[in-house]
Amino acid sequence: MNLIDFLLVGTGGFFGAISRFAFGQYIGRRHSPAFPIATLIVNVLGSFLLGLLTGLETGQYLLLLIGTGFSGALTTFSTFKLESVQLHLNKRKKMFIVYHALSYAGGISLAFIGFQLGSLFSGM
Amino acid sequence: MLYLFVGLAGALGSMLRYGVGILLFPADAVFPFSTLTVNLIGSFLLAWLTKHLFTNLNIPTTAKTAIGTGFVASFTTFSTLSVETIELVENGMLILASLYILVSILGGLSMSMLGFHTAERRKKK
Repeated sequence: MNLIDFLLVGTGGFFGAISRFAFGQYIGRRHSPAFPIATLIVNVLGSFLLGLLTGLETGQYLLLLIGTGFSGALTTFSTFKLESVQLHLNKRKKMFIVYHALSYAGGISLAFIGFQLGSLFSGM
Repeated sequence: MLYLFVGLAGALGSMLRYGVGILLFPADAVFPFSTLTVNLIGSFLLAWLTKHLFTNLNIPTTAKTAIGTGFVASFTTFSTLSVETIELVENGMLILASLYILVSILGGLSMSMLGFHTAERRKKK
């Protein structure tokens, strides 16, 4: 248990949460979509970022700051599930399925692409 | 100012997520129990808070946003789930990877629904 590790995660989490919130506000002001596009975008982009970082093998400190902290907080699971349940309760069955399919397929594919891309450049 | 509160709550949520991982689960565990645990707890918590606390109690909007969007949303994570899944696949553990996704999908939805219903029941009393 190391204080520096916690501070790195906290600092990354600070900016990750603000970025997610700001992006949600930005999307919400322009369109007020029934489909939770903002969460979907941060989740797949964050998955790409963490995949990239993991592939790059940047070392412990950057992984804690940008990985566990920033991209960990930029992406969210609880909001994704809450929005899904709300789609379900509002009888938007198609959107519910599309939201789930795009989140998991998109997140995992982009994490994979990021990881491969990172591996390509690691050690350069 | 709201942004600052969301950020500070997000920092706390992230550190708690990290802390749960190193306190409760061994680092060499094959199955990503740590992420699954925080994600399931967070899904229940966010639904319950949103339905119960935030609608029934008179709490300033700033505090609601900081707790929900800042703290709980940052406590849970999606990027780690994605990367852990591809790591399981890379290590040839396809069944565990599928199980992880399945439990995340069904477990997350169930916990979120449970949070909603728990709050609803409270309201009726």
